[in-house]
Amino acid sequence: MNFLKPSLFVASLMLALPVAAQEVLTIGVRSEASSLDPHWTQLSADVQVHEHIFEKLVALDPTSQPIPGLAVSWGPIDDLTWEFKLREGVMWHDGEAFTADDVIFSFDRLRAGISGAPASPAFQLEKGLKQWTRIDDYTIQISTSEPYPTVAEDLAMLPIIAEHAAQGVTESVDFNSGLATIGTGPYMFEEYSPGSRVTVVQNPNWWGGDVEWDQVVFRPITQDASRLAALLNGDVDMIDYPPTIDLPQLLDDPDFTVSTIAADRLIYLMPGYKHIERFITDNDGNVMVPNPMRDWRVRRALSLAIDRNAIRDRVMGGASLPTRNIVPPGFFGYVDALEADPYDPDAARALLEQAGYGDGFNIVLHGPNDRYVNDARILEVVAQMWSRVGITTEVDAMPRNIFFSRLIRGDELTMPGFDVPEFSMSLTGWGTVAGEATYTVSGTLETYNAATGGGNGNFGRYSNPEIDARSVLAKQTVDGEERLRLLQEAITIGMDDYAYIPLHFQVNNWAMRAGLEHQPRTNERTMAMDVSATE
Amino acid sequence: MAEFIIKRVLQAMVVLLIMTVLVFFGVNVIGNPVYIFASSECDQACLTKTIAELGLDRPLWEQYFVFLSNLLQGDLGNSFTHGIPALSLIFERLPATLELAICALAMALGFGLPLGIWAGLHPDTIISRCIMAFSMIAFSLPVFWIGLIMILTFSVQLGWMPAVGRGDTVDVFGTELSALTLDGLHHLVMPAFTLSLIMMAIVIRLTRAGMREVIFADYIKFARANGIRERRILTTHVMKNLLIPIVTVLGMEFGGVIAFAVVVESIFSWPGVGKMLIDAIGVLDRPLIVAYLIFVVFMFVVLNLLVDILYSLLDPRVRLGGNQT
Repeated sequence: MNFLKPSLFVASLMLALPVAAQEVLTIGVRSEASSLDPHWTQLSADVQVHEHIFEKLVALDPTSQPIPGLAVSWGPIDDLTWEFKLREGVMWHDGEAFTADDVIFSFDRLRAGISGAPASPAFQLEKGLKQWTRIDDYTIQISTSEPYPTVAEDLAMLPIIAEHAAQGVTESVDFNSGLATIGTGPYMFEEYSPGSRVTVVQNPNWWGGDVEWDQVVFRPITQDASRLAALLNGDVDMIDYPPTIDLPQLLDDPDFTVSTIAADRLIYLMPGYKHIERFITDNDGNVMVPNPMRDWRVRRALSLAIDRNAIRDRVMGGASLPTRNIVPPGFFGYVDALEADPYDPDAARALLEQAGYGDGFNIVLHGPNDRYVNDARILEVVAQMWSRVGITTEVDAMPRNIFFSRLIRGDELTMPGFDVPEFSMSLTGWGTVAGEATYTVSGTLETYNAATGGGNGNFGRYSNPEIDARSVLAKQTVDGEERLRLLQEAITIGMDDYAYIPLHFQVNNWAMRAGLEHQPRTNERTMAMDVSATE
Repeated sequence: MAEFIIKRVLQAMVVLLIMTVLVFFGVNVIGNPVYIFASSECDQACLTKTIAELGLDRPLWEQYFVFLSNLLQGDLGNSFTHGIPALSLIFERLPATLELAICALAMALGFGLPLGIWAGLHPDTIISRCIMAFSMIAFSLPVFWIGLIMILTFSVQLGWMPAVGRGDTVDVFGTELSALTLDGLHHLVMPAFTLSLIMMAIVIRLTRAGMREVIFADYIKFARANGIRERRILTTHVMKNLLIPIVTVLGMEFGGVIAFAVVVESIFSWPGVGKMLIDAIGVLDRPLIVAYLIFVVFMFVVLNLLVDILYSLLDPRVRLGGNQT
């Protein structure tokens, strides 16, 4: 071994020498990208890295609203067809020209299915049964089976890869090695070292103009305290998800800055609407008939009994936006009139009395303990607040890998294919990634319907024909104004009925060294394109 | 010896088979990974399609036999998360963990043995008491706490050490090693030391206890009476007897350190297998969990075998005796 050492030592010294005047941005991220195949997953940890390298026809601005990406313009040409004009003169990282063939290739690859990929964005193409045709080198048309308004929003989830580079390559593997990782984005693939780093370098020929950083390094640092320590000692320039408990100190420290934005992730409590709910019992421990959650007054009382400002200040370190809306401000579908419920325990008690539950009852509140920011602590605080108005609440928090299976499918007694959500009251979140409320309304407020996909996130099995009519119609209304009206009506009806009990939007923070400026995004993604040096 | 090894290997196969049953069924009971991976926009049709694609809709015993027949062909399946063969993921990450564990072992022996011997030779001095107190503390304090305190002290306050990560690596015969670069060593010191503390404490205590026992044994007295130099008595006669329990215990500990260096790896963001396992469990990446646990069982079996062989080399009494079960 000894004979190797001198040369290795020299090699290491050379590696350690900084290259002059390189502008490098190192970002410490909570979750690492699991694959560099952009069709493999739609998880934000992956997408935020992919988006440096690969682009989509439709890009999203910081509030998730569609803006031109690889397509310069788009619009419906009739009820069932949308036309997209592609950007001309765009080059792939290896110098080949980008054309409509690449778009067709990408969509075909997704439709064929990425084998073994449980989180692939391929399902976006199945929504509305999209078909695509190449008109000329820079025009494509997308047709749908029914009038379908959110074609552009769906395409904002589908990365375009290079036909000449990705033809016949092995899924995931050949993208991790860099072989097929040829994109059109502002940064080019350099290195993917799982568990350690992903490195991308500036694309000097990007169509969008100058790129701020010569090199960007993503380093996964899972532990909150370690990620913060890495920022404090200068190992990284910026981190996502700084621990909320340390925010006040970071804000006071002149060496660091914090950027903040309300995210698109709504945290809410979902009551179960089945005739009998096994986790709701009277004071003698018997299940209750009828299920008190079916009474509007009980749901309103539960909402009034929660002090959302206290949760924001004492649990979330200020990082939450109390709400009664289901999409954050600035999103298509936001209703100005819906304001967060005030904390009013007396009114809550009165409502319970009115509904005939003056003596209270027992409820088990389920939730994950490793999915949302401070989820387990929110559960505990809510349980205390409810117990204070007479509803004895027991918390059952569990890891997300158990929680979501039980939430969606029910317990081990459930027959496969006949999903019966198990929980009577659970804490979950819903991210409106598309930047508009159509699928949030359809997913959380519409009646569950396995055939149409309606209410696929409606695990309480809430059902209201007034909402269904509007939501189904909205999904087929291409006219923006009309759709906005339908969505806002549906949301107002649902929230006035307390279909579920919204708590807050998560507020996301990023911490960085002084001298950096960051334009945060509602969709939780951390991107070097949003960071610039101020001096 | 050959008979002994063959017997051991056969036993190991049975253990592995039982292990695959336990792990496979155990992991399947927890929950359905598709519900964790799937986007909230993925509706029932999309969920059903994904579940069928991954073969998760088939009866469990059928899934198990598919798994077993693939296993016999050396295929442990592709990770759901990464889409890469699980085994290649493990071998990609293993060098980092091995490097960390070996450095930790070296530190444990390098500091532990001399300290233990010293404490054994001079049991009543204050320094000796301090050493023993240190071993108590190192053994009792939780590793994550020590790790965090070290990061806070040496990285954040003093700024001497990098807080997390692996640093520069050098490619040696296809394996990335960081112990061969200055930057890599710099990154390695804190996690390796943190990981070594428990082993170090064990070494100190075992060495001291062994010292106290062996030093009064008759053969040492005779060696002294023979006029053999103290140095030679220590290095040859005392050490050999001292090492037997230490090798046994460290053999087992080392397996544990490799398999479950999880805590240290996540605190220091060390890209090893332990961290990968925890991530895999978090998202129920079944093929990866199963592959990793089978690999760990395999490793323990091999380590046990090695310890037994080493043991018989150190102690002629157990060599070819009747107690090799």
